[in-house]
Amino acid sequence: MLTVLGAYSWVNIKFLLEGAWVTILVSVCSIVLSYIFGVILGVTRYVQIKYLSAIVGFVIDIIRNLPLILIIFFTYFGLPHLGFKPDPIWASVIAMAVFEAAMVAEIVRAGIVSIPTGQMEGARANGLSYWQALWYIVLPQAIRNMIPAIVSQFISLVKDTSLATIIVLPDLMNHAQIIYGQNTNYTIPMFLALAVMYFIVCYSLSLFSKYLEKRIGGGNKKGKADEVVQDASDA
Amino acid sequence: MRKILSRVGLVVALLIMVVSLGACSSTSGSKRDVLKDDKQSNTITWGVKADTKLFGLMDVKDNQIKGFEVDLAKAMTKEILGKKGKARFIQVTSQTRMPLLANGNIDAIMATMTITPQRAEQVDFSRSYFDAGQAILVKDGSPIKNVRSLNRKGAVVLGVVGSNSVQNIKKFAPKARVLQLSDYSQALTALKSGQGDALTTDNGILYGMSIENPGYSVVGGTFTKEPYGIATAKGQRPFHNAINHALTKVENSGEYNKLIYKWFHNVKGFDMKGAER
Amino acid sequence: MISIFQNYGGELLTGLGQTLLCSIIALIFALIIGSAFAIMETMPNKFARVVARVYIEVFRNIPLLVITMFFYVVIPMYIVKISGFASGTVGLTLYSSAFIAETVRSGIQSVDPGQMEGARSTGLSYWQSMRYIILPQAFRYVIPPLGNQFINLVKNSSVLAFVAGFDLMYQANVIASDSLQSMSTYMCVGVLYLILTLPLSYYMRHLEKKLA
Repeated sequence: MLTVLGAYSWVNIKFLLEGAWVTILVSVCSIVLSYIFGVILGVTRYVQIKYLSAIVGFVIDIIRNLPLILIIFFTYFGLPHLGFKPDPIWASVIAMAVFEAAMVAEIVRAGIVSIPTGQMEGARANGLSYWQALWYIVLPQAIRNMIPAIVSQFISLVKDTSLATIIVLPDLMNHAQIIYGQNTNYTIPMFLALAVMYFIVCYSLSLFSKYLEKRIGGGNKKGKADEVVQDASDA
Repeated sequence: MRKILSRVGLVVALLIMVVSLGACSSTSGSKRDVLKDDKQSNTITWGVKADTKLFGLMDVKDNQIKGFEVDLAKAMTKEILGKKGKARFIQVTSQTRMPLLANGNIDAIMATMTITPQRAEQVDFSRSYFDAGQAILVKDGSPIKNVRSLNRKGAVVLGVVGSNSVQNIKKFAPKARVLQLSDYSQALTALKSGQGDALTTDNGILYGMSIENPGYSVVGGTFTKEPYGIATAKGQRPFHNAINHALTKVENSGEYNKLIYKWFHNVKGFDMKGAER
Repeated sequence: MISIFQNYGGELLTGLGQTLLCSIIALIFALIIGSAFAIMETMPNKFARVVARVYIEVFRNIPLLVITMFFYVVIPMYIVKISGFASGTVGLTLYSSAFIAETVRSGIQSVDPGQMEGARSTGLSYWQSMRYIILPQAFRYVIPPLGNQFINLVKNSSVLAFVAGFDLMYQANVIASDSLQSMSTYMCVGVLYLILTLPLSYYMRHLEKKLA
């Protein structure tokens, strides 16, 4: 019992919280970036611009089908060849953003496809241009249907930041490892702390998603949108 | 059919891109002059370990890396850049240090890195700044008394990815199975979890572990010589020379011995006289 | 890149084999466990529903790395010694089973509830109707998402690298530090992962279109 209390000394808790802060920082930055780029790339892939859409689609497929750890290595070890030397925090943000943007893009594309074509035709019949119809009519509906899928993607993102310990990102996982690496009696308390802290962040995100769903809700509950959720719910 | 062809075309295009990226990677990195850049910014960026007691260990209390190598790097920075020179530390692992140096994220590696001919083809090494030797750490009461008793089927040795010791152990105990973890704290945790019979790396690092973890000891003495060197990127002669020069100065001024005393004087079984310069 | 394949072909092949083996074992067990919890979640019994919900939420909201490290580090200290490969596979199974449970549940719920009522009224028991009427339809519907789960499984198996599981990513790290050519090594390994995942991914998209 004493060892457990020692593990949760203020010094250790503070160190863990510092790690949690990095986890949250990296998560938030990459969520924002990947949402923006994901929507742009998803739309680009959907609209069938000659060559561009095919190339974008292919690159998205490549990224989606690689393990995230590899993408982290590529950014950390590869980007310097292009003249940019990121520190572990930036490297993680970029790697997560690239990987998750590809995931979000796929969700967005599937989301747009799931909107009945009648919507687009109706909007065009009312005199809107193709892009106007896409932007004002189709995309908002698609995004509403995609919220659960996108949020669960972001939950995966938060969890996946732990993989960046491999390039010594000083995140929650890394800090816990440093603590139990120095005193093995703290192993179980640290795992407990890890589980609780990640769970709190991720579960509150998923509650937020349920709230959003109810709030904006509607749409087709089952069918296409649900399928999309399951496709993308995990990284 | 057309679709398939365009897909294939894309794959080929991408492969060409990848290969050309790989090709240009080997040429970059050597263009800048590290010493000049560092003098301008008044900062040297060192790659150090953060999971290795005595050499470089993250202090949970204030988030600083502390250890013999960190102190030595600070002293050498002052010799190279003058009293006001700043030393910046970036955490590396055995796995990340070489790519980081090649990419220029760090100027020099001082991270318990043994000078080996194979590595010397990729980086320049300074003179040795610490002479370690490989040893093994086992749980007290373990039947394993030295490296020879590890040479049997079923024995499991733990090491760290990218360290010289995992290469050596294959020569000294070829029958043992080697598991490579990503850093020392992982490897030590694995040893304590019973994932292996012994942990092998350099004696200095193992001493640090045995201090923190009663019930585990270094046994059998050293079976290799592991001179640690400071690695710099190829083609950085001025910086390389400055490092060797600074090392000599730190040794001659007696500061080196002070640091050895500071970090190793209460380590059981450590040969202080042999380490002093 | 080619020199990496030539010099380390054996290691890469072992890695590929271990990655596949781990993914397939994890897929089979995750399917069994996941389906069990999915059925529990749709059962009329409230206790069963709560148990299933808790299980799914716990494993969905904790990083795979934490689960895997738990089995690698904590379990051998107190309970039973398990290897890196085994702990990675167990972690992967539990983690994936939560996602598969969600997938299968949505499949079961997508089947018209009238089907269950109809089956029951013809005299089948709850379990019989589940087994013969509901599940076959549910699985047909969830095959594409399950395929995508398998792709995720293959990608996620790279977590074995953290526990010396001898998978592809572990071999990559070892080769990269042995050959000192990290970028080319990781590119080779990237190509190998794509060989495993990309065709499956395209096939699943094709299936999705066909079923839609």
